[in-house]
Amino acid sequence: MKLIGRLAGGAFLPLVAALMVLDLYLIFIHAPVATADHRFNLQRILYFHVGIAWVSLIAFTVIFIASLVYLWKRDDRWDALSHSAAEVGFVFASLVLITGSLWGKGIWDRWWTWEPRLTTMLILWLIYVAYLMLRSFATNPRQAARFSAVLGIIGFIDVPIIYFAANWWRGLHPEVVSGPLAETGSLDPTMRSVMLFTALVFTLLFTYLVKQRMSVRSMEDTLRRAKYTFGAGLGRRQS
Amino acid sequence: MTFVGPVVNIAWKDLILEVRTREVVASVLVFALLVVVVFSFALNSVPDSVRDDMVPGVLWVAFSFAGVLAMTRAFVLEKEKGGIQGLLLAPVSRDAIYFGKMLSSLIFLLVVEAAFLPIFAVLFNFTHFSPWLIVVLLLATLGFVAVGTLFSAIAVNTRSREIMLPVLFLPIVAPVIIAAVESSSALVGTGIESVSPWRWMGLIGVFDMVFLVGCPWVFGLVLEE
Repeated sequence: MKLIGRLAGGAFLPLVAALMVLDLYLIFIHAPVATADHRFNLQRILYFHVGIAWVSLIAFTVIFIASLVYLWKRDDRWDALSHSAAEVGFVFASLVLITGSLWGKGIWDRWWTWEPRLTTMLILWLIYVAYLMLRSFATNPRQAARFSAVLGIIGFIDVPIIYFAANWWRGLHPEVVSGPLAETGSLDPTMRSVMLFTALVFTLLFTYLVKQRMSVRSMEDTLRRAKYTFGAGLGRRQS
Repeated sequence: MTFVGPVVNIAWKDLILEVRTREVVASVLVFALLVVVVFSFALNSVPDSVRDDMVPGVLWVAFSFAGVLAMTRAFVLEKEKGGIQGLLLAPVSRDAIYFGKMLSSLIFLLVVEAAFLPIFAVLFNFTHFSPWLIVVLLLATLGFVAVGTLFSAIAVNTRSREIMLPVLFLPIVAPVIIAAVESSSALVGTGIESVSPWRWMGLIGVFDMVFLVGCPWVFGLVLEE
């Protein structure tokens, strides 16, 4: 049983890598270009952008569920999951803002606009920042786990309200631009399936990275315990 | 009585302390004034007509930062003087501690806002007052303290709590700030009214309800140890 698990674990990285290469092929060669738009190649960013945005929302959902279970069971593995999902999710959330800005500069000729989805994403990113800062400013690991779980829950509940507010705030103003996600409705079937495939591949990549981060974290814990034991022994000998 | 009694007692204790020291209200009021003064420097080159439209925004920036400052103080004294240990040892539920601290912070902030509004009105020539503005003020301040009490209890237990509280607090209350600015603009007749002020008030009301249930629910977990 353990051997199968290890084999599956070893096969996971090559699988994700192969799928990502395939995905690059689909995005850059297979997917049709939107000929109506003279900046047609720029829209290929959207495949990445949507996939990454999807993952950053999934990551926050993982944080929410892991936080709830941690507060309920008090099992450190759930805290490790929520912490790892937050670190990886933060990278993805940053990439959403970066890819979105690159696309926006090409299409709207501006890096940023206070459009509802962009605003919501920026605030979500700030909540990710707050989560990671809270963990590093906590005075001990147990406290970090508890406090960040509380923020994970409150933040998750807040996201729909933020989206509502941002939508009312900007949504009914004269619409100068349409958000990246609004384009999916008018997609042709091939583009849609490439987009879904990209989302799937990025979800697998996220799963791999979180798994990896969790095992690094458990090694860190082992090392810290070893250092503590050894360091304490050393201290006694010196005195 | 078993619930209301402790809540009122905790809030009363904070109020007596405040009347004797006058620490929170005075310092937060001065801070809010400073924010407004800095704003008037920043908006110097803006034409007067545009500046009038920005008044509700300036007001809520001042209240948001004042809220952060007031909430920072909520648990600092408890922590420094060990009062929190006493509260935890007292035979009252954690919910009562949450609501007691929330009530006292709510009163402090409302006092600050009541004192601040007339000064602000004079400085920014703010004459279109609407009684509904008070409702917006009450709802938004309730939202601030509902979230602020929880995060203040978290921040005070971390290193560099002065940084931690705004980082936690401001993203979460972003919808309240947006809704408060938009509904006050609509009420005093400035800005673009895309959504009616009543719907914005409804949004703040929903926020208040969600977090008045959610925050006390997790508050007990923050205080344990």
